[in-house]
Amino acid sequence: MSSRAEVPKVNAGSMADIAFLLLIFFLVTTSIETDAGLSRMLPRDSPTPPLPIQQRNILPILINGENELMVNGEIVPMVNLKDLTIAFLDNGGLRSEASDYCDYCKGERSTTSSDNPEKAVVSLMSNRKTSYGTYITVQNELTAAYNALRNREAQRLYKVDFTAMERLYSSKETTAAYKAALKKKIQTIQSLYPMKLSEAERK
Amino acid sequence: MSKFKFKKTINTPEVSTASLPDIVFMLLFFFMTVTVMKDDTLKVINELPNATEIKKLEKKDRIITIYVGKPGLRYEKFFGTQPKIQIDDKFVSISDFGTTILAKINEKPEHLRPFITVSLKVDKTASMGLIDDVKQELRKIHALKINYTTYEGDTFINLGK
Repeated sequence: MSSRAEVPKVNAGSMADIAFLLLIFFLVTTSIETDAGLSRMLPRDSPTPPLPIQQRNILPILINGENELMVNGEIVPMVNLKDLTIAFLDNGGLRSEASDYCDYCKGERSTTSSDNPEKAVVSLMSNRKTSYGTYITVQNELTAAYNALRNREAQRLYKVDFTAMERLYSSKETTAAYKAALKKKIQTIQSLYPMKLSEAERK
Repeated sequence: MSKFKFKKTINTPEVSTASLPDIVFMLLFFFMTVTVMKDDTLKVINELPNATEIKKLEKKDRIITIYVGKPGLRYEKFFGTQPKIQIDDKFVSISDFGTTILAKINEKPEHLRPFITVSLKVDKTASMGLIDDVKQELRKIHALKINYTTYEGDTFINLGK
């Protein structure tokens, strides 16, 4: 004789249905949204015209309405853009006696290209008919060029990738003290290869 | 009287479905964690381009999202096929764009206002003309931090059509 009455089992067969309903609800109401992208800072709306820059310190990039790319007056395929930009930025054309000689540059040191990374300006000009996709590709390749150079310097100085440092810096888990140290390193690398991207205004 | 009983069917043991709910719950939690609730109903076709050198936007509270693209099929009749700007649930013309963004910035708490980032979710087929206008308007109201929001992936896919 058992002392307690048997508790009837609850039928769990419909549990799956309930869970499926929930699942379908979430599938319908949500979307895998992206919250990552290329961050840019727009220039200030200032009335004073910028100082003239020497021609050799400018890398002119043009995209026309047919999404063709022209760098330095030559039509080039998109895959070459990154290498061309790296070559331009990393040129370091000043003579070694000059005060702002770039001692970390590994470029060709041609006198017809940029003096040092600090002076090198990438000028991007698009057409009103250029597609946004092409524009983003160009922006991405330019960022890739800067990141490649910055990674190289970060590896040389701190034995870590620049992009990895940036990722750590924006991560929530990083402690404040570590962040401060990281920030210093990031700024050092950024000052070696400052991103000077100018988007020409069309008249 | 037969001595042998023929079993017509050999009973195969039933597959236990007791773990089915667990599997479904696992799926459910997966979707709950990787997805974000839709804030806006998209009225424009919005297929973002791909990029590789992307950085994640942390801190959702300081982001204003604008969508640009051709009006969706349902709206084509009223709004045509030219790319349009959508903020929240409304189409906004370029002349009202600045004031709309300013109003959105003013909704945010004061200490966040200097850090507002405008996330541009632009369809990859849109033309740069409208984007340039948008950028000009943003410069006028000093909302200078922008983010070209993209998917992660091979960037050369953007070129092919």
